Amino acid sequence: MTLLSVENLGFAYGRDRPVLDDISFTVPQGANVGLVGESGSGKSTLLRLLLGLESPQKGRILFDGAPLQARDRRYMHAYRRRVQAVFQDPYSSLNPAHRVQRIVTEPLRSLKIPGDHRQMAEEAITSVGLDPDTLTRYPHQFSGGQRQRIAIARAIVARPELLLADEAVSALDLSTRVRIVDLFGEIAQKMTMVFVSHDMGVVAALCDRIVVLDRGRIVEAGETAAILRAPQHAYTRSLLSSIPRMPAGQPQDPS
Amino acid sequence: MALLTVETLTLATADTVLVEDLSFTIAPGERFGLIGESGSGKSLTSLAVTGLLPRAITPSGRIVLDGTEVIGASERALGALRGRAVATVFQEPLTALDPLMPLGRQIAGPVRRRLKRTGEASAAAVTAEVRKLTDQVRLPDPERLLGAYPHEVSGGQRQRVAIAMALACRPKLLIADEPTTALDVTTQAEIVTLLLDLVRDEGIALLFISHDLGVVGQVAERVMVMRNGRAVESGPAGQVLTAPRDDYTRSLVAAARRFDDALEGRP
Repeated sequence: MTLLSVENLGFAYGRDRPVLDDISFTVPQGANVGLVGESGSGKSTLLRLLLGLESPQKGRILFDGAPLQARDRRYMHAYRRRVQAVFQDPYSSLNPAHRVQRIVTEPLRSLKIPGDHRQMAEEAITSVGLDPDTLTRYPHQFSGGQRQRIAIARAIVARPELLLADEAVSALDLSTRVRIVDLFGEIAQKMTMVFVSHDMGVVAALCDRIVVLDRGRIVEAGETAAILRAPQHAYTRSLLSSIPRMPAGQPQDPS
Repeated sequence: MALLTVETLTLATADTVLVEDLSFTIAPGERFGLIGESGSGKSLTSLAVTGLLPRAITPSGRIVLDGTEVIGASERALGALRGRAVATVFQEPLTALDPLMPLGRQIAGPVRRRLKRTGEASAAAVTAEVRKLTDQVRLPDPERLLGAYPHEVSGGQRQRVAIAMALACRPKLLIADEPTTALDVTTQAEIVTLLLDLVRDEGIALLFISHDLGVVGQVAERVMVMRNGRAVESGPAGQVLTAPRDDYTRSLVAAARRFDDALEGRP
């Protein structure tokens, strides 16, 4: 079943050249789709459209079979309950003046979700690998990786069906990045995910489908394994061949 | 003889040791990679080498660059050293370049200073040298770009201009501090190729600082891995990146290989 369907989407800021042109793809229920592109590819704008922060000038977005109505407050309230997001910078996305408990439970309050918020926050924070004690502390007491875990806890506390991640591991150091990619991998088992990234390696490690964007257009889309094995478009091939790999081969024997 | 010798370098503020007991050398023409995550002290080390540390940070130990003691040197001596021995390319060329000055004039600045030292800084000589440098860094459409301002050109083109400015001094050591981190991966590949060609052709030694093991592996002959201000491992790049001995290096290499493997369809 298709959870999210993007149909012939077009978007431009003002009268400029379109940022997105004829974008169509689907996200099946339970899938984990990576949107890959470099700067200027339109991936961030596409994510803004999926979040309902902008409305498309052409085409439409269908969520669970019905059009996303970005200007309808009641619709968006219900939409946010089902769709949550994690952003790139865990330093700017968490309010420094609030305790983690308040940060993590924010969606529960703003969406007026009934129940024991404290207990829901504890469940969310434990599921991202942090100690429940985290809830009593402030964001500045945590490293970048821990903050990103807190941001993920906030995104999943209301049990959304779709998680949108925008360059959510790009600001992290390599060792932390691996662990947070693993965490996203676990979370993707429980919900549908759209993971926007410039980093093909991360997307290859995490997503089962990939959509490759270049200058506002989809140049290639399909199963990750198929695209990695035989990229069809010249741009995808150049993207893949540009990534610096670790030196291969036998370790040099110092003796 | 080494071009750069760093001996038991320690960098500290009043209450914190930021870099401790660091020693390494770079030979003339050698490509040396400094690997580290955030907070490892790799960028501070490069600032110490060029004598550009913030006042609050006190260096101890020895740094000898092209025969000059850097620690304790006067600002005048350091200025001369930066002119003839060392130049740096930073991560973000948008902040390293003057936003209000056309790119051509920015490259002309260090060119003119060098030509003045040799006594032939005529306008024609400066222009000719600027054009030579833009050819060297393969700046496309130089007629147009030399008149443009930094915000009007792409990140890759800005970094080419920053590299041209660094080369203008004809340094013996080029320090590149995360020079491709802010760039798209396709642009990164071009800039890495350019840097490698330039240091090989000109016989310039390279201190390449990066958190990206793959990039360092492409660039450096020898590497040193830093963590929390200390060197944890150093050796030939091929050896450290394929058969690391230190646990931390091992974890970094494993993490990098994990993404490489994913790209090869081995999840």
